[in-house]
Amino acid sequence: MEALRTVLLGLPMTLGVTAGALLIGTALALPLTLGLELRRGPVWFLCRVIVDLVRGVPPVAWLFILFYGVSVGAVRLSALSAGIGALGLVASAYLAEIFRGSLKSIHFGQAEAATALGLSRGAAWVDVIGPQAWRTALPAYTNYAIALLKDSSIVSIVGVAEIVSRSGQLSRTSDLGIFVFVLAGAVYVVLSILVASGSRRLHRRLHEAVAV
Amino acid sequence: MTTPLMTSFIEDFGSSLPRLLDGLQVSALLTGGGLTLGLPLALAAALAQMSSVRWLQAGAVVFVEVGRGAPALVLLQLAYFGLPNAGIVLPAVLSAITALSWTTAAYGAEYIRSGLAAVPNREIEGCQALGMNRRDTLRFVVVPQGLRIALPSLMGFAVMLFQATSLAYSVAVPELMSQAYSIGSSNFRYLNALVAAGLLYAAISIPTTWLSIGVERRMNRHA
Repeated sequence: MEALRTVLLGLPMTLGVTAGALLIGTALALPLTLGLELRRGPVWFLCRVIVDLVRGVPPVAWLFILFYGVSVGAVRLSALSAGIGALGLVASAYLAEIFRGSLKSIHFGQAEAATALGLSRGAAWVDVIGPQAWRTALPAYTNYAIALLKDSSIVSIVGVAEIVSRSGQLSRTSDLGIFVFVLAGAVYVVLSILVASGSRRLHRRLHEAVAV
Repeated sequence: MTTPLMTSFIEDFGSSLPRLLDGLQVSALLTGGGLTLGLPLALAAALAQMSSVRWLQAGAVVFVEVGRGAPALVLLQLAYFGLPNAGIVLPAVLSAITALSWTTAAYGAEYIRSGLAAVPNREIEGCQALGMNRRDTLRFVVVPQGLRIALPSLMGFAVMLFQATSLAYSVAVPELMSQAYSIGSSNFRYLNALVAAGLLYAAISIPTTWLSIGVERRMNRHA
């Protein structure tokens, strides 16, 4: 019972880190996606390098770089902000690739039709291409969110009190031992299943809305 | 390009490279060990999930879902702190390999399963027409082609696994990340050591990812 209480006490932090990283990741992914869509030129090249480099380095390494390596004067990032920042950075690169893939699936006739109707480029993106791309991106997006939920456990390494770090503490100070980790694992599995079923429902609703 | 920051980084990179490479070797060992133990298990789990024997199928589903649902970090801790409780005492490296194999087996099983499912039905019908039994059909026709189809995703996963070995830092395995950290804590230039480690990870991950994309394109050419 005490084990369950401890694990659940860490839950809000786990969810908070995941949500924060997803938010930062999505916000950064949008300009990166537009940059990748240019397909040539210095801006495209820069975005390509950023995406490949960010994905080529493990999240733990980004976490350590932000937490131990970066300091503004004598001020260092807190464990929590380094954690959310590192996961958000990694998320932005993966999400940019996901968004790019879903943009590719939108027929170019859609953009042409928007131009023919006299929509501005901004309106074409916001009202025509964006919503359709979002619908195709959703399954991959939620898959990534589930992966991020599990990846959020790495912030325990720098001492953010989420599920894994609280479990570790309890396991060291009580005789519950391995059982705490089994329980923590089970909580993650349940969370993943919940998010997955919620996303399937949302996906269905979005598709019913266009009825094709 | 010869700012003091750059010079200091290059000097540190040179002097810390031997230790970083030692760490990289351990990371490679973890990756190799995880793949060697995990991939055969992945194939077994994929086949077991398709089996008509109820308990075998259910067992495989639980094995895969837990391996994919629980974070690799939790599995690592479970193997490191948990196995001794069960009376199995392994060195840190071996317990890390055990945990990473589970992750590999679980993710790999899903890739292999979808690879097997992508083998065209006419291939199986052809085998039936030739009077081959189910076992030979799987062994000589479905599995070889399914594995080929799964290969690009498995290569992509191998890159993820290589990156995931950095989690073994938390269970006292002297891999690349922990070497970088200990170099940083001895000269207090964390940024240099950590960026150097990051570049080493990237130097392996990025070309391997390109390779897997290349393999995928090559295979789609004949599709």
